Amino acid sequence: MTQGRARRGSVRRLPAFAFPAVLALLVLVVPLVGLIVRAPWGDLGAELAAPEVRQALVLSITTSLWATALAILFGVPLAWVLARLEFRGRALLRALIVLPMVLPPVVGGVALLLAFGRRGLIGQWLDQAFGITLPFTTTAVVIAELFVAMPFLIIAVEAALRSSERGYEEAAATLGAGRWLVFRRVTLPLIAPSLGAGAALCWARALGEFGATITFAGNLPGTTQTMPLAVYLALQSRPEGAIVLSLVLLAVSLGVLVLLRDRWFAAA
Amino acid sequence: MMLDADVRLRLGELLLEVRLKAAPGQLVVLVGPNGAGKTTLLRALAGLVPVDEGRISLNGEVLEDTSREVRVPTERRPVGMVFQNYLLFPHLSVIENVAFGLRARGVSRSEARQQGAVWLERMGLSAKADAKPRSLSGGQSQRVALARALATSPSLLLLDEPLAALDAPARAGVRRDLRRHLATFQGVRILVTHDPLEAVALADRIVVIEGGTIVQSGDVAEVTARPRSRYVAEFVGVNLFRGRGVGDSIEIDTGGALAAPDARWGDAFAVVHPHAVSIHRKEPEGSPRNVWRGTVEGCDFEGDRVRVRIQGTPSIVAEVTPPAANELDLVDGGPVWVSVKATDVVVYPA
Repeated sequence: MTQGRARRGSVRRLPAFAFPAVLALLVLVVPLVGLIVRAPWGDLGAELAAPEVRQALVLSITTSLWATALAILFGVPLAWVLARLEFRGRALLRALIVLPMVLPPVVGGVALLLAFGRRGLIGQWLDQAFGITLPFTTTAVVIAELFVAMPFLIIAVEAALRSSERGYEEAAATLGAGRWLVFRRVTLPLIAPSLGAGAALCWARALGEFGATITFAGNLPGTTQTMPLAVYLALQSRPEGAIVLSLVLLAVSLGVLVLLRDRWFAAA
Repeated sequence: MMLDADVRLRLGELLLEVRLKAAPGQLVVLVGPNGAGKTTLLRALAGLVPVDEGRISLNGEVLEDTSREVRVPTERRPVGMVFQNYLLFPHLSVIENVAFGLRARGVSRSEARQQGAVWLERMGLSAKADAKPRSLSGGQSQRVALARALATSPSLLLLDEPLAALDAPARAGVRRDLRRHLATFQGVRILVTHDPLEAVALADRIVVIEGGTIVQSGDVAEVTARPRSRYVAEFVGVNLFRGRGVGDSIEIDTGGALAAPDARWGDAFAVVHPHAVSIHRKEPEGSPRNVWRGTVEGCDFEGDRVRVRIQGTPSIVAEVTPPAANELDLVDGGPVWVSVKATDVVVYPA
């Protein structure tokens, strides 16, 4: 009885909500439909083979994979520190780490420029001591991507470390395993699924990076022109190329979603 | 070969101050209420919580000495531990779990696997070698946890409520197995439990911890016959009274008195076994020296016996058979007479 009433109630309330709900859905879906409808499906292969498209594709994939690898290498230890050590200012540190996730990427690019630019805080010293200049190099692309994408990995891994049973690590210690061995043989395998999810998110974010990259690394074809930059540029001269690159990015995003579906949509 | 631990540490609300010695081959059972510090003591011995002040030595080797700032980290202590929920590594197979300690101590992969297989055979789990822990029953998990802890040949074996994670029907069988496997271990064994049956079945010596200190320690017969705290009395299921001996009776601190032939003088404990307490509907006539009135507070059925809680001066628990309980027509709040023979009151100095 109550179930029937509830159903009737929800049906009655539906029209009031239907209009904005459909509108919201349209806002999210129509652009993607537009992209797919307008895609030059017949010339897909040829467009992908076009030198500037391929160049951007290869650069994007290389830099984003580098950024992800570095994020794992540095981010996992940082996540461990946040999750396992008690120290003053930990909350502040965590806020600092999350900041790049909400910061407009352009601001990140400006900040990177001021830090690593030729007259920047560290860049100045790098230039004088080693003759290294970072801005407008492929390295700068990787740094920009690392800056915006690493927080995603750190947050995912830290959450996993927090919720994982400390007892397993203690049990391993009583069996004679030192800290490193415990981490390698027990902690890491136990958080592997979360690490994978965090890495996938991190990679997707690095692949889509635009604002910080164009500000800090510029837009030099073959060196710093990643896919999103190429899309933006191609849109003005050769829309087909832009559409094809957009399709590739869309496919990657869908791929990541499919990969993570069990983690995010299991409850649904 | 022995354990000598003098441990003082503060952990949240708990202040643990314990001096514990144990000989090899001895199975020491730690009992005590929740939060008394039993598990914390085990963790201190394993090096999982630091000691604030004190010294722990095992077979002459100092594991911890705060006065000399010596602290051997957990992974280098010759200590094996079975955790309450076993904590088998879920991502490793059963045999990899058992071989983990050997691998961590530098034994080659094939050698570790071989020794792991021997342990699994001893535990009757050879068929499960390549299974993942989640496919094991509670009893099997417990045996794997025990094999894993024993595989590194520790000198000290710590077991934190090894049967608590099992349901009651499984417990008896697993307890029997545990006893058999523990018997083959030559080092010092310390086991924490909440279960009186487990304590009595396994212990060579019972150590009672309450509020962070040892309140009683002795062999099973001694502790069950002469409990020194309400917790221990309840643990072994007897009535315990604290009072003052005045010649041939004891005046109970909380009110009432019990006649006892050897009461003597001074502060004393008196123990009355529930089956020595008789319940009557009318005032009994005849020899019992201790007779008083009370009201039934409640009845607990425990297998073939009924434990009747009676409120009075003093309050007491009686144990009767179900037919007797039926005949007495016991109802909660109903008036009854209680009698205890003076010779059934065991008195010992506090």
